[in-house]
Amino acid sequence: MTRRLIGLQELEDIAMGAAVLGTGGGGDPYVGKLWAQERIRARGSVELIDADDLADNDLVIAAAMMGAPSVIVEKIPSGEELAAAFHAVEEACGGQATAVMCIEAGGINSTIPFALAADLGLPVVDGDGMGRAFPEVQMVSFAAHGLSATPMAIADEHGNVTVLRSISAEWAERLGRALVVAEGGASVLAQYPLRGRDFKRAAIRGTLSLALEIGADLRRAGRQSRPVIEALTNRLGGAVIFHGKVVRLERETAGGFVRGGVVVEGLEDLAGSRCEVKFQNENLVAIADGSILASVPDLITLLEEESAHPVTTERLRFGMRVYVLALPCASLWREELGLAKAGPRCFGLDLDYIPFEQRLAAR
Amino acid sequence: MSLRIGVDIGGTNTDAVLMDGADRVVARAKTPTTPDIVSGIRTALAGVLTPAPVEPVVAAMLGTTQCTNAVVERRGLRSVAILRLGAPATAAVPPFADWPDDLRRAVSGHVALVRGGHDFTGQELGPLDEDGVRRAAASAAERNMAIAIVGVFSAVNAEHEQRAAEICGQEAGADQSISISSTIGSIGFLERENATILNAALTEVARLATTSFAAAVRTACGATTCYFTQNDGTLMALDYARRYPSLMLASGPANSMRGGAYLSGVTNGLVVDVGGTTTDIGILVNGFPREAPFVVDIGGVRTNFRMPDVVSLPLGGGTVVRREAGSVSVGPDSVGYRLTQEGLAFGGGQTTFTDVVLSLGRAELDVPVPRPSLEPNLAENAYRLALELLERGVQRMRPSADPLTGIGVGGGSVLLPDCLDGNVEVVRPDDYAVANAIGAAISEVSGSVDRIVAVGARGVDAARDEVREEAIARAVAAGAGSAAVRIVLWEEIPIAYLPGNAVRLRAKAVGPLGDS
Repeated sequence: MTRRLIGLQELEDIAMGAAVLGTGGGGDPYVGKLWAQERIRARGSVELIDADDLADNDLVIAAAMMGAPSVIVEKIPSGEELAAAFHAVEEACGGQATAVMCIEAGGINSTIPFALAADLGLPVVDGDGMGRAFPEVQMVSFAAHGLSATPMAIADEHGNVTVLRSISAEWAERLGRALVVAEGGASVLAQYPLRGRDFKRAAIRGTLSLALEIGADLRRAGRQSRPVIEALTNRLGGAVIFHGKVVRLERETAGGFVRGGVVVEGLEDLAGSRCEVKFQNENLVAIADGSILASVPDLITLLEEESAHPVTTERLRFGMRVYVLALPCASLWREELGLAKAGPRCFGLDLDYIPFEQRLAAR
Repeated sequence: MSLRIGVDIGGTNTDAVLMDGADRVVARAKTPTTPDIVSGIRTALAGVLTPAPVEPVVAAMLGTTQCTNAVVERRGLRSVAILRLGAPATAAVPPFADWPDDLRRAVSGHVALVRGGHDFTGQELGPLDEDGVRRAAASAAERNMAIAIVGVFSAVNAEHEQRAAEICGQEAGADQSISISSTIGSIGFLERENATILNAALTEVARLATTSFAAAVRTACGATTCYFTQNDGTLMALDYARRYPSLMLASGPANSMRGGAYLSGVTNGLVVDVGGTTTDIGILVNGFPREAPFVVDIGGVRTNFRMPDVVSLPLGGGTVVRREAGSVSVGPDSVGYRLTQEGLAFGGGQTTFTDVVLSLGRAELDVPVPRPSLEPNLAENAYRLALELLERGVQRMRPSADPLTGIGVGGGSVLLPDCLDGNVEVVRPDDYAVANAIGAAISEVSGSVDRIVAVGARGVDAARDEVREEAIARAVAAGAGSAAVRIVLWEEIPIAYLPGNAVRLRAKAVGPLGDS
């Protein structure tokens, strides 16, 4: 049985770890972090429990935020609406939840559940539906296992609460978006009410404690990139696949996504080589001198040499020195079931997925 | 037009220049910055006004670090009453949520969250709670606090903020300084709130700084209009500076860049300002400093101020060079303004970056000094390390790998090599040492607007006109002569993810100094 307490420092670490697992996207965890820290200050630390601590019949519900990033940073929640959505799902399920869960371990939705958990005095269960950040709602392990996203509740700061029952995760996404727009572009939601047995079966486990440990590694290493890289590669089984400086950057916003690519020119023993990382919100594929080094669903994270911090696609700029890291994704995403939901072809890439470790070994 | 004086107060030196109507430098002065600031200003003014010029001085421009220092050192800040419009939205994260404790203690006053604010289309989230505004204003006035007003989506619709400011003016009196977020920051509620709070907190510092400069100028050269430099490399009049002191944050690097552009005639390039302790590198775009693209950290607070994009490196003329356990280190400590006493070349006992460059014969000073003798190994290794640091800075800032002109300014720029990072050719214009004061003296007055427009029934053309006109009105309010104001910057940025067609419009209007 593993239990740990998440206080202010731990939340800081989780936000940093979530930026690594966010693989360049995932949304800015800043507002979520401040919100959760505020609630922890008021109500005390939050318990992070292991999936095995759940009884088979326990009810767990995911808490998240949905909407345009530019609205999320402007219309900050009141703080009451998340509990309203959560209770509405409890009511629809006819039971009381024993824990709160995260839908994704990367980006903003890794911190928001802690604000709710502190308010309700509930624990957060250690695991999520992605083990990283993905841009679309069907790219969730629960959906891959055929579990329903609904009943789902969406709530706004005015006090409006809407409960949805949909025939698929795709419909939940479509109807949810429409509501969110009507409510001013950003709302909170509670979704994927799961029984303990289903969470244990379908969740990607241990991802929040992993984010916490990654964040703590980065904090302890200060702003030194070498120890950070050692910690990340040791802890996650990752590898540095390239090192250099940014010489070209293309970024455009289209259809709700930031698409583009960054070209990194090799330094030191990689002088003369070039590596391109393509992204759609999150980093998708890294190609050096014509050969693929790593691709989704594996994690590709850029680490700024100077600060030893992960870099989001928005913060990339010409001349920045970066390490390109590949980190293995959760095993689900390497199976047929997972690849069908979040393999390279789901992102419009015409390539077959090969785990980056195999690609490296073959070079 | 006749004589003008430009003054720049830096951490180490206070510089002044006297310029004539054809923008020629008539006189220059450099004096150590004094703890009280104003006696350094007096010395610098006396330096350029002796002998007394025959023509009258019509304008005096000041670039000062006083506002930056006040935030960094938590000195002279007012306590601020914050009025948020948007209840119940925003309650999840209260003001000051991520501030360093000491700064929060220095600034934090009363907080009120009342109904009001808008959504991304500009529609009301709810009607403005005028009674709530009145109560908050009365309480702020009672405790003599500056007021910061922040409404949700005020970058789209500022009506509630303006109405609240009106009420606050009635309740608290026109003297009570009131800062309105829509005139200070852009989208990003918490960052804009932080910027507005800092602006309000700085109003007393700005009042003192502007008053003492105006008094020193009046004593030195009679009736002269005073202007203050903004951090985009333009000017504003005294009243405007008192209302928007945050516009003076980081105006020093902006002045150097403007001065460098003017002196070299280069409008697109890289400016390397080498001082005694640090080197600032910035980029000129059409003669103005490139803006920092992200949230800006001021004194540990996240803001979305408009700021020049500058990288500051721990390398200057006084940077101390050492040999430690067989390896060579360069800085980050510096002897600063004591270089001319403590540096080897000046007969002192400290080996500095200046000594390294002189010993290698790579530069000569304006005032000749004997070439210091260093072990060749030490000098070469230290020079290599310093160059590496500089080139990394250049790489971080340059917009592309294309050839680029580098403009060396500041007292230490003689130490720069002729070429940086492969193809950045370095030029050192005359008067490079007082480029910052020149930058202040040659600038024009500006006004800016940054607004998000939901392109609905009203159409985008009406919005464009409105934003343009408002930028011009602001330039005039800041002291530009209304006849010759023109739009120098126009940007339309589609806002990612916002449903409907939301677009961010940014305009800057610039004009020569007004007649007043």
